[in-house]
Order: sequence, then structure tokens, then C-alpha cells
Amino acid sequence: MKKYSGFSLFKHSLSHHENWQAAWRSPQPKKEYDVIIIGGGGHGLATAYYLAKVHGITNVAVLEKGYLGGGNTARNTTIVRSNYLWDEASKLYDHSLDLWKDLSQDLNYNVMFSQRGVLNLGHTLQDMRDIERRVNANRLNGIDGVVLNTAEVKEIVPVINDSQDIRYPVLGASWQATGGVARHDAVAWGFARGADSFGVDLIQQCEVTDIITEEGAVVGVQTTQGFIGSKKVACVTAGNSGVMAAMVGLRLPIESRPLQALVSEPVKPIIDTVVMSNAVHAYVSQSDKGDLVIGAGTDSYNGYGQRGSFHIVEHTLSAICELFPMFSRVRMNRAWGGVVDTCPDACPIISKTSINGLYFNCGWGTGGFKATPGSGHVFAHTLAHDEAHPFAAPFSLDRFNTGHLIDEHGAAGVAH
Amino acid sequence: MHHIYCPYCEETREEEEYSYTGEAHIERPKDPAAISDEAWADYLFFRSNPRGIHHEMWYHAAGCRRYFNVTRNTQSYQIHETYKMGELPTITAASLDQAAPQGDAS
Repeated sequence: MKKYSGFSLFKHSLSHHENWQAAWRSPQPKKEYDVIIIGGGGHGLATAYYLAKVHGITNVAVLEKGYLGGGNTARNTTIVRSNYLWDEASKLYDHSLDLWKDLSQDLNYNVMFSQRGVLNLGHTLQDMRDIERRVNANRLNGIDGVVLNTAEVKEIVPVINDSQDIRYPVLGASWQATGGVARHDAVAWGFARGADSFGVDLIQQCEVTDIITEEGAVVGVQTTQGFIGSKKVACVTAGNSGVMAAMVGLRLPIESRPLQALVSEPVKPIIDTVVMSNAVHAYVSQSDKGDLVIGAGTDSYNGYGQRGSFHIVEHTLSAICELFPMFSRVRMNRAWGGVVDTCPDACPIISKTSINGLYFNCGWGTGGFKATPGSGHVFAHTLAHDEAHPFAAPFSLDRFNTGHLIDEHGAAGVAH
Repeated sequence: MHHIYCPYCEETREEEEYSYTGEAHIERPKDPAAISDEAWADYLFFRSNPRGIHHEMWYHAAGCRRYFNVTRNTQSYQIHETYKMGELPTITAASLDQAAPQGDAS
């Protein structure tokens, strides 16, 4: 892999930028791999990258039915934070936040991680009590956080409506200054380029149609490009995890739902942070291009349609317009949906299964983007050692049998 | 937005009148204390979550306030039928596969 640098940019400018090395190869699949990762999104590519980099396992294929990073990696609102309530979740997400900080250097690829801070608004007395509890829990876990009142929120976001006469007035917020946003495509491409440089085969347009097992152990996968053998198969397929599990007769505690987001036309800089509200299901930040990036809630029903309902968008935009009256005249440019894998306790599943050599990393639901590097890092450990990383251990499938659920609906909610 | 036919009201109304309440035909174990943790977890949390034909319950919250079943395609969002509680679906993934024309490449 040729390194990107200021010098290489200058050098290639002399040849009109026509001779850049391709960011990754497009290899034909081999007959057999040590590990097959199904799903070429952020989490799958991060898993491949850390498998090669940390554990030295490079005979790996990432199989992607569409194109790299074309699923939920391309469909989220790019928010990164780690202010989760419970110890298990805060360790996992803060591990991820730590990796984010050096990710651009590590990958030699600018993921445009911008720690511009994240506000989680409270609109009722109970919201504020929950926020105080969560911020206290965060601080005990070494995660920065403060509780702000209305005036302090107004100072950070001058355009917010601080009137106490609206239906859901802003009573305050939690503030995580180390949270922020990153560039979603760059994250997928950076991990892809990094994994490829270690010799990982990234195989696109290759849909897995069946997972083949013999005597309770995985032997490979049937794909649209033929059979590919491997004794370790890792499913990192987000909304399609239930479909993958059904191939081997497993069921998961997951339901797939459409989640929507939308962006406005580009406007001048107006919000330099991330504003989220679980209570009214709205969150907004501004991209470097100037678009307001707005996230809505999930549809209530199971769906694989990658589109959402209009009344969900209407609900979110009415909340946005109440919080930011000046946005009422901004036109929306594009809206889209992604299929998210929601779990009963709003926490992921990073786990072995009852079938030897079959692993799942799924259930990230509405908030997986922030965890991309951490998820890949701990899952790679699980794959390499056939034993869960300490941070991943509480997130096993077995927690649904034992009852050790990690209820993060308060911190995860719908808003991400 | 779905337009859903309520089999009790015998009218087609907009989705906002209804609440989705999850997969249908899940029977509560008769003696929870007698079954294994795995079987109890399967009842509580594990779902089939298919991409395709799904039998699910909806609640007519702003209408008759009764639960009923819907057979819906989770990929195309087509609603094939709605039927009352206690009834069984007449359209299933298997019955649609059989009805598909022979030699269909899909």
C-alpha cells in the first residue's frame, strides 16, 4: 500500500492525479480461507482489519453482496459518543471512542473524526433525573460528561428555542464534549484499504446464499460466486442477521426495522455540535458540506424495505421545527432508510453460537456507527482466540438465557 | 404508510390508527416453571424475523381497540390478508411458493 501524504498529493498533482494506486484489489475468491467475514460494512471491514493487524490472521475474505459500505454504514447520521449508562456498555463504547481518536493516523486515511460534542436534551423533570443519573454513571466510568441547564444549552447552541412555553421545553441536557461525528464513507474505505494492505480479500457482488455445516461445525459458505470453504464464518450483517441465522436453523433475539434519516439543502454554518433528543425523537448536526443531517425514529414494524414511513419523518420534523424554528423554511434534499437489527435490550450481540465456528456480531440496532472500530477490535479477538474479548463477553447470546440483559434503552433509545 | 383492513371494524384505515405488537402465533408456555431457561428465553426474546412473509399482530388503538393478525411481506410491504385472533393464516410462505409458476428463476 502506498502511503497517502502531503508529498504524495503534490507528486500526483504533477500527473493530473491519474496514477493513484487503487485503494484495494478486486480479487477472485480462493477455495479456502482461515476466516470468512460475511458483510462488507464498517463493522465487517473493521473486524478484518484488526484480525490482520492485531492477530496476524491475513488469510481472510470479506464477502459483500453489494458494494463496500453500502448498507447502514452509508445510511446513518455518523454520531460518535460513549455516554451509555451501564458499565458493560460504557466500556465497549468508550473503547471504541478511544480507537476513533487515532483512527485517521492508524489507517493513513482521513476519517474526518470531529469531536464537536454531543448534547442529549431533557424535556421533563424525569428526563433531567435520568440525565443526572447517566452523567454520574459516566463519570464513575471515566467518561466525560456534565449536566447543563437551559441557559448553558443556549450558550452552546444559540439557535435553539429556549422558550419554556413550548410543548416540550428544553430543561437542560447532558453534554459529552469528546463526542462528535465522523465521515461514514471514509470509515468504510479506510478500513477496507487497511485490510487489503494486509492481504485480506475484499470480494464484492458476492452474496452468501447458504452457510454449510457438517456435524455441528461450519465448513464454508455457498455464494453467488460458488462454494468458499472456511472453518470460521463470522456474520456481520446487521439487518439481515436473522436471514443468515435462518440458513443454519438458528433464531436470534433480533427484529429488523427501517430507520430513517434525511438531509437538508446546504446552508451556512449554524450548528457546530450534535443535538439529540430521545424524548421527541429528533437529532441534528451539520455536515462539513453544510447540510443539516437529521435522524428520525424507526418504523414500528419489521421491514427490510430500506425506506421508512412519511408519518415518522413528519413526527421528527415537527420536533425539529419546534426546537429550531428558523429551520422551518429549510428545504430537505434527500431522505433514506436503513434496516437496523434491534435487540430487546438495545445492546449488541457479539457472540459464538451453538454451531462450532459460526460467530455473530449484530444487534447494534439504531446506533452501531459509533462503535465501528471498537466492535471490529473486540470481535477480531473473539474470532482469533475462539473466546470472547473481556469487553465483548457480557454481550453473548447466552445473556438472553441467563437474564443478564444490559438495558440501554435509556441511553440508546431511538435517537443516535 | 400501510392501509390496513381491520377484520373487526371491517374497514380499511391508515397505519397511524394502529400499533404494531410483534410476531403472531407465539404461544405462552403453559407451565413456565417446568421448562428450561433456553425455552423460556426463546418464548420471550427469540423471533423468526423473516425477509418475506411474516405473520404479525396489530392493535387497532384508535378504533375498536382489538388485536388481530396480519400476513405481510416484510420486503415488499404488501399485506396479503388480515384475520381475527384465534384464526390461522390462509396465506403462508409455503403456500405462496407452491402457487409460484414452475420454472420461475427467482
